Amino acid sequence: MSKKLRIATTSLAGCFGCHMSFLDIDERLLALLELVEFDRSPLTDIKHCGPCDIGIIEGGICNAENVHVLYEFRKNCKILIAIGSCAITGGLPAQRNHLDLGSCLTEVYLTEPGLAHGHIPNDPELPLPLDKVHPLHEVVKIDYFIPGCPPSGDAIWKFLTDLIAGKTPELGHGLIKYD
Amino acid sequence: MSDTFQLDGASVPFEPGQTVMQAALAGGHYIPHLCYHPEFKPHGSCKVCTVKINGRTAASCTMPAEAGLNVESNIEEMNGLRRTLVQMLFAEGNHFCPSCEKSGNCTLQALGYDLEVHTAGFRHLYPDRPLDASHPDILLDFNRCILCELCVRASSEVDGKNVFALSGRGITKHLIVNSETGLLKDTDIALTDKAMHVCPVGVILPKRVGFSVPIGARRYDQRPISAQALDDAPRQADAPHSPDTGGSCPACEGTP
Repeated sequence: MSKKLRIATTSLAGCFGCHMSFLDIDERLLALLELVEFDRSPLTDIKHCGPCDIGIIEGGICNAENVHVLYEFRKNCKILIAIGSCAITGGLPAQRNHLDLGSCLTEVYLTEPGLAHGHIPNDPELPLPLDKVHPLHEVVKIDYFIPGCPPSGDAIWKFLTDLIAGKTPELGHGLIKYD
Repeated sequence: MSDTFQLDGASVPFEPGQTVMQAALAGGHYIPHLCYHPEFKPHGSCKVCTVKINGRTAASCTMPAEAGLNVESNIEEMNGLRRTLVQMLFAEGNHFCPSCEKSGNCTLQALGYDLEVHTAGFRHLYPDRPLDASHPDILLDFNRCILCELCVRASSEVDGKNVFALSGRGITKHLIVNSETGLLKDTDIALTDKAMHVCPVGVILPKRVGFSVPIGARRYDQRPISAQALDDAPRQADAPHSPDTGGSCPACEGTP
């Protein structure tokens, strides 16, 4: 039997909805586990990525830590897949992109009632937010994209099984969607 | 007997005065298009309908049909160009499909699906385009405008109101409202106007009906645009369409 493919997954500026949808392949996970094993992923709780065949990233890039994780994945994964609207277009977090970041923070933490204690969070543990939210392909080379918010379990299954079988992944009507 | 031209190896008959697009649709052949609408004069701006005619590229919606033309449309070279055009439109505006009420009924989105566009690929511009929510019944979300001018054409040619226009040039080109204040509330636009029903994307929206059609039952959830566009176009046997028939626009199904 040939060696299992190694897969890493992570969520950056995302909501984990794409990971939930990934779990929606249900019992097909068992069939998948015949073919692959997981490296860094919320499923394994491994904190750093080793050499992998496939990296799957949900969410866009909204802070400095996201950039470091994305570089770690690109460095270690032969194939990098952006999954979901946020990874591909910036998605919901990118809807702040036409606003000034300073004004956003001021409005949320200082001038609007009800949040924090009247100051903008500045703990050194917190990664600094980026001026703009970026889709992954603006920061590193991305090999494949699975659109959807989230893509359905069926779409993820079709895409991964095509890829693992060595075919160019195609979604087709009903599986390709942007919402 | 009418003359014919060749489209991807098929013989397509045409009447004098028809464009390549009109003859193709009438004969049951789909050529992807975005700014073309069978009820309006061709505009030729989006270039999605570009085909190869006798080896040279041309917009099929404005190209007069001629006997003996050799038209190539469904070839990877043309579909690749179309894919790039659709990607550029997605990167240029703010097209956040998950939160758009036109999602599932949107022509741009449906074209993206049909062309297997998985990403915009380019750097997104994220332009700042404030909404116009001034009108009590109608919302304008300029973030999604693709400058097809269908609303401009519908408002002036059919409604006789001239509510919309394009202003500016190049990357600064944008949709404006023709009123003293620039606001929609100061125009005489009405929900029943043709201009309300031609927007291929989610710019001109009636208020309080968003998301009324569930996912799965929306227009392009059911069949891809390549299968549906032919239904919208007049077929060879039909009487010519008149722009003032007031028929409902299929692109707006689900958003009455």
